[in-house]
Amino acid sequence: MKKSYFKRKHKRSLAEIIIAATLFVICAIVTRAGILPDMAWLPLILYLAPYLVIGWRVLWKAARNILRGQVFDENFLMTIATIGALIVGEYPEAVFVMLFYRVGELFEELAVGKSRASIAALMEIRPDCAHAEREGETVTVDPAEVAVGEIISIHPGERVPLDGTVLEGITTLDTAALTGESLPREAGEGDTVISGCVNLTGMIRVRVTKSYGESTVSKILELVENAGEHKSRSEQFITRFARWYTPIVVLAAVLLAVVPPLFMGVSDPAVWSEWIYRALSFLVISCPCALVISVPLSFFGGIGGASKRGILVKGSCYLEALAACDTVVFDKTGTLTEGRFSVTAVRPAEGVTESDLLYLAACAEQYSSHPIARALTAACPDHGEAHDVEEPAGHGVRATVVGRDGRPHRVAVGNTKLMDSEGAAWVSHSDTGTTVFVAADGRFMGSITVADTVKPDSAEAIAALRSYGVKRAVMLTGDSETTASAVARELGLDEYHAALLPADKVERVEALLADPARKGKLAFVGDGINDAPVLARADIGIAMGGMGSDAAIEAADVVLMDDRMAGLPRAIAIARRTLRIVKQNIIFALGVKAVILILGALGLAGLWAAVFADVGVAVIAILNAMRAMKTRD
Amino acid sequence: MKKVFEMEDLDCANCAAKMEDAIRKIEGVTYVSISFMAQRMTIEADDAKFDAIMKQAQKAVRKVEPDCRILLK
Repeated sequence: MKKSYFKRKHKRSLAEIIIAATLFVICAIVTRAGILPDMAWLPLILYLAPYLVIGWRVLWKAARNILRGQVFDENFLMTIATIGALIVGEYPEAVFVMLFYRVGELFEELAVGKSRASIAALMEIRPDCAHAEREGETVTVDPAEVAVGEIISIHPGERVPLDGTVLEGITTLDTAALTGESLPREAGEGDTVISGCVNLTGMIRVRVTKSYGESTVSKILELVENAGEHKSRSEQFITRFARWYTPIVVLAAVLLAVVPPLFMGVSDPAVWSEWIYRALSFLVISCPCALVISVPLSFFGGIGGASKRGILVKGSCYLEALAACDTVVFDKTGTLTEGRFSVTAVRPAEGVTESDLLYLAACAEQYSSHPIARALTAACPDHGEAHDVEEPAGHGVRATVVGRDGRPHRVAVGNTKLMDSEGAAWVSHSDTGTTVFVAADGRFMGSITVADTVKPDSAEAIAALRSYGVKRAVMLTGDSETTASAVARELGLDEYHAALLPADKVERVEALLADPARKGKLAFVGDGINDAPVLARADIGIAMGGMGSDAAIEAADVVLMDDRMAGLPRAIAIARRTLRIVKQNIIFALGVKAVILILGALGLAGLWAAVFADVGVAVIAILNAMRAMKTRD
Repeated sequence: MKKVFEMEDLDCANCAAKMEDAIRKIEGVTYVSISFMAQRMTIEADDAKFDAIMKQAQKAVRKVEPDCRILLK
């Protein structure tokens, strides 16, 4: 598996290179030793042996391509350059150029093959089979053949083939391939499991909720495989550049070969051969290979490296945009915050303990499915029974609860109006969030505030974004002004806009996009659930928590697979590093080529230097490009 | 109709760009993108003439790189 990219073709090339190199060395020794009879054509005949061994493929391809009307192709250029060198009597150089060209080509193919293989390995999340329970028997089938609603069993060590809900069993799941998160996730009865994860510890029975084509694993694979489609501006620039570069350099070569001799000695063969030789080095340099290959390779590496970290980028153009991003707009709930309520402040009245207050509230609220009620119940899991529950609409809950003192109490949990109707003397505090008041038998017991808590790594992530050049961090939310301002202050955001409807969010983003002070790109980060229009409108739409939400995967340009904010600065870091490598390659390759072209025209650089400028530069650029795949923390 | 095809033996990045150019010029093709790294071609073209267009695309590909094939699924 490891060497699968080392194909027969490559072995053949390697053999030809070794044979030709050996023959070349023999030729060089023999001709230098002065043991040959003095015949002008003899060295040519000798050198033709390694030349043909190494070059026949190139010559053949060139001939075939000319017949098909492909002129400026690299085989053709190499053919003309080396035949030219043979004609002007530079036999060793002709062989060397061909040899070096083939070495470089082989190297290029291996490098590309290797990075393809390692990216394919990153995406080794395709499940092979599923064990479906059909008519009392377990049959092993292709995941694509399992229908929604069927029950499958997943053994430890197997990959989850389809998205589903656990019916039976407890296990831990390795989600590293999807999220880059090394800590395993626990799953028990009722939990959702995502295809592509590896089941680590226990056997589970799962009811399939999505067909294979719709499941997370298919969506991710599709996304990564199509990532090459959205090409970056750098890539487009390079292909356009290459289209003009080759013909121009070839034309320059022709002029260089013909024009100077017309002025310096039309009848002198030595002058002609000198200028033709100089022109040949132009032909060798004229291949745009180094550029054309290294730019997409860098982007491909960057995208691959990002996906290893649980960051899916839909195309190199988004990586480019991400690197230039200076405005980040966040959705609040579920993005900066956890998206679920939890108790943030407990204010018992005098003579009441915190735990008693929570106990009473949790008992009374246990049957309600309201998010606030859920937060209260979660804060005191060992609550007791409640009966005679009534829910006066818009006010809260009344229930009879056996308190910790063993006596039944009539408990009311709700807003101030409910307290008033209970005749309880309530006291309010200025806590951020939603406050509920608790009374027992008409006596005020205290208040509890629940709020959506900020994710632990949000503040850190925003600070990191600033160090990556983000100048403006904006929060949009449908939530109230007070909550929004508290969160914005806590996280150090530049602006916030509260009480927005989904349509207002689009409008706000459009206003930010239209702001003339903005120089870079605008990224919108949301949880992807109801953000689709904004995600689409921003320069870069980033969805968080892609695990299990295919709406997010579809609408966004970049998907952070886990729910953590830390992925965002990391994505920008990877994007910037990739772009830096791309720029290095473009400048390096163009620079070396330009220098060698000038030196070549002046007669200071021979074919040796030219072939380095072509193949050597390509190899160095490729090695540099492969760095993009390696990501650091 | 938009379809994705794998490409076999697509060996040079510059050739991929040339193929893209050539295929874009085929009548009925509205969009084409060849990814050298992923060895894939995404093409969008007239439904009615899709098969004929693919034949022409195959020809254009061979013209640039004779060993390269579009794998028609």
